[in-house]
Amino acid sequence: MTYWLAIAAIVKKDLLLEVRGKEVVLAVSFFVLLMVFTFNFAFRPGSIPNEIMTPGVLWFTFLFAGMLSFQRVVNSEQENGCLDGLMLCPYGRDVIFIAKTISSFVFVMVVEAIAIPIFAVVFNLSAIPIQLILIVPVATLGIAVIGTFLSALSMNTRLREVMLPVLMIPLVVPAVIGAVESTGDAFDGAGWAAVQPWIYVLIIFDIVFLVVGFLTFEHVLEE
Amino acid sequence: MAGTLSARSGKRRFGWMDALFAVTTVLMVVNFYLIFLWVPKEAVQGNVQRIFYLHLPVAWIAYLAFFLVFIFSVLHLRKRSGRWDRWAYSSAELGVVFTSVTIVSGIIWAKPIFGVWWTWDARLTTTALLWLIYVGYLMVGAYSESPEKSSRLRAAVGILGFVVVPINYLSVYLWDTVHVEPIIGGGEESFLSSEMYTTLMFSLFTFTLLFFVLLKVRVMLRSSEETITRIASD
Repeated sequence: MTYWLAIAAIVKKDLLLEVRGKEVVLAVSFFVLLMVFTFNFAFRPGSIPNEIMTPGVLWFTFLFAGMLSFQRVVNSEQENGCLDGLMLCPYGRDVIFIAKTISSFVFVMVVEAIAIPIFAVVFNLSAIPIQLILIVPVATLGIAVIGTFLSALSMNTRLREVMLPVLMIPLVVPAVIGAVESTGDAFDGAGWAAVQPWIYVLIIFDIVFLVVGFLTFEHVLEE
Repeated sequence: MAGTLSARSGKRRFGWMDALFAVTTVLMVVNFYLIFLWVPKEAVQGNVQRIFYLHLPVAWIAYLAFFLVFIFSVLHLRKRSGRWDRWAYSSAELGVVFTSVTIVSGIIWAKPIFGVWWTWDARLTTTALLWLIYVGYLMVGAYSESPEKSSRLRAAVGILGFVVVPINYLSVYLWDTVHVEPIIGGGEESFLSSEMYTTLMFSLFTFTLLFFVLLKVRVMLRSSEETITRIASD
């Protein structure tokens, strides 16, 4: 029980910090807006139907937005020696991993909740498919798990800004494929049955990396 | 460590590693003879098909190398003795080399046979992703602050990188199910004659031997590198 209270305490601290400082959600949402705006010029007008283009643009924007968020959520602990304080807590390092994953997940979910309606308007989508209610959290969780783990890992290297994407992008490919394909199917008006296999892939992805991250995180965060 | 140093200063004798190296060299020459001269020309694909006897063993060994990185990384995180990290790192380096050979030979083979250099089929994509992941693994080592830290961080990448293989394969397979069916073990579709089978198995054996000889040499080199770094920093 105290284990979960410890996790809740860190998450609560992160959320409070965010509510007061607005460092992640606001800045990253603006970044997403910029991405939507600029992605428009990556394709010649009318060359690709919006329904085909949107899932890819959507998830690549979220992936980049996620990388900015995870790095901020993890690296913020380096200021004023907060990380040392956290590591002195009489719990395993996995508490930090779980808590930081939850915080990152919540932040990116908020950004996505803001961004998806904007996407719908800018790309002239007539409706937002209901299946996204399941697809978005499951895919975001996978990206958040890997992103948090690798942010902590790359924090300990020189060139940390480069190391996060270099390590993260190839590892996160299954989640990106699952997210883009299922979102595409959903936009095509396919039912739950078409989306189902991808949801399973995403859930397997989430579970595997949660478990592996949980088991190895203490070795990554060690002074 | 002392063994490595005394081996340098002491008189050089013909050890079992040299014997293994000699055997591997001879076998490799025989292997090339079998591949390029002995084995009959394949009926459909012609001489181009001979690349298969290089491509397949090298690809298998690339996967073996990354599997070993996974095992050694787990051992390193459990034991923290530096020894397993040397094995993991060396195996990863060789894995990247073998994967590069796999990809290049695959590209050369695919062009005349399938008409394209590259297709996004599950095996190709998974192999290419492995290459990217393990180049990242080598980079983590290069950009870490201390050798001890870099060994831990790379071990984590070595574990994550291998765990992702089946999920990668599954997702790319679902994404692009139009792919080339395996040529061997394909029941009635299989068109591997006994000479072809012999050549393939001989090549697989030879390349496996080459891999382990290179791995052992790389581990010895790495151990010397670490000794020199330690002496230099003292």
